[in-house]
Amino acid sequence: MQFTLNGKRVRVEAHPMARLLDVVRESCGLTGTKEGCGEGECGACTVLIDRVPVNACLVPFAQVAGSHVTTIEGLRGKHPLQRAFVEFGGAQCGICTPGMILAAVALGPRPSKDAIKAGLAGNICRCTGYSAIYRSVQRAGAYARVRR
Amino acid sequence: MLGSVANRQLFEPRTVRDALRMLDQEGPLVPMAGCTDLYVSLNFGTLKATRFLNLWGLDELRSIGLRDGRLSIGALCTYTEIIRSRLVQARVPMLVSAAREVGGVQIQNRGTIGGNIGNASPAGDTLPVLAAADAVVLAASAGGTRRIPFVEFYTGYRQSILAPDELIIGAEIPAIRGRQWFRKVGTRAAQAISKVVMAAVDGSSGEPPRIAVGSVGPTVVRLPSTEAALAARTPIAEAQRILLDEIAPIDDVRSTAEYRRRVAANLLAAFWKSRR
Repeated sequence: MQFTLNGKRVRVEAHPMARLLDVVRESCGLTGTKEGCGEGECGACTVLIDRVPVNACLVPFAQVAGSHVTTIEGLRGKHPLQRAFVEFGGAQCGICTPGMILAAVALGPRPSKDAIKAGLAGNICRCTGYSAIYRSVQRAGAYARVRR
Repeated sequence: MLGSVANRQLFEPRTVRDALRMLDQEGPLVPMAGCTDLYVSLNFGTLKATRFLNLWGLDELRSIGLRDGRLSIGALCTYTEIIRSRLVQARVPMLVSAAREVGGVQIQNRGTIGGNIGNASPAGDTLPVLAAADAVVLAASAGGTRRIPFVEFYTGYRQSILAPDELIIGAEIPAIRGRQWFRKVGTRAAQAISKVVMAAVDGSSGEPPRIAVGSVGPTVVRLPSTEAALAARTPIAEAQRILLDEIAPIDDVRSTAEYRRRVAANLLAAFWKSRR
């Protein structure tokens, strides 16, 4: 089946009912996407499909045919949000971080604090580092402006 | 838990007609849309079905529009699409409120209103809204489409009158007179299944109020006796006692029957107080 993964057209053979999460991690070898709960509660497996955040543990592979899928690897370590998470302590154990960053990417530049809280409500951090995560997302805009 | 993926068979219709033919000739098939409930059951091995019907590509079920003065919402409309729709915002703001409280954005981007109806959970967030709004479920089969009043749709816990060869293709909501009210009580604002969820339309337009509650019985329920009591200007304390006779909550992992009774009565008072 064909789809676009992190900007590249790819053809991947996998069962149409396989979870996108498993296809990305096992068939495509991209292990940045994490499995937390496996039931859509925690957001650790968040990826973007056509720029929209979804839980990859709940998406059948058949439903991404022809779509653009972005995983944390697609940001290539260069996104302002990634730098801000490093600089402002947005990552502790790191399991929630890829999902947090991708959910934050979908908020666009300079989201309000309320937009951040609503946009990240589906991402759970078990280190409970929410303040630092919100701060990282808020500062990413300024950081991008200064250090571009 | 994923070892059994290989046994699963997926039918991929290109049109609704295709889908209905497959349900008729290849059934029984489990329809799948946003999969936000279905894949939870599959991932945990609690759903034993092996044959599925992928509806996600059927764009003809994604429209929101007006038909003969009624708001028509395609079954595949996601919560995000409902939240953003000007038509839904203007005509059924309580549905927007309900959609905003479903899961987090990841779930809202994928979960559909048809799925919420079809999943038939008594805790479905949009279901009290559809009940209070006197919505109609559109159920299609190869033989045609029938319109089922939402309040007659469920027959028991996770049971509905939908036939195995029928597909929910949408819901219709008549014009609503009177102010709308919605409140979900859960553990947390996001990502929490409700302990009690209530939707209501007040009687300010001269009609009786319409009140529906979820998570207080095997199905979502309308409260006809409570509605009639309020319409007859019965004092709220008495109306709350009547409400308690119309619900049958249980103790479960999310809450207790006693808490749910108390909260349902409190929500009734909050709704009634808010209308002045």
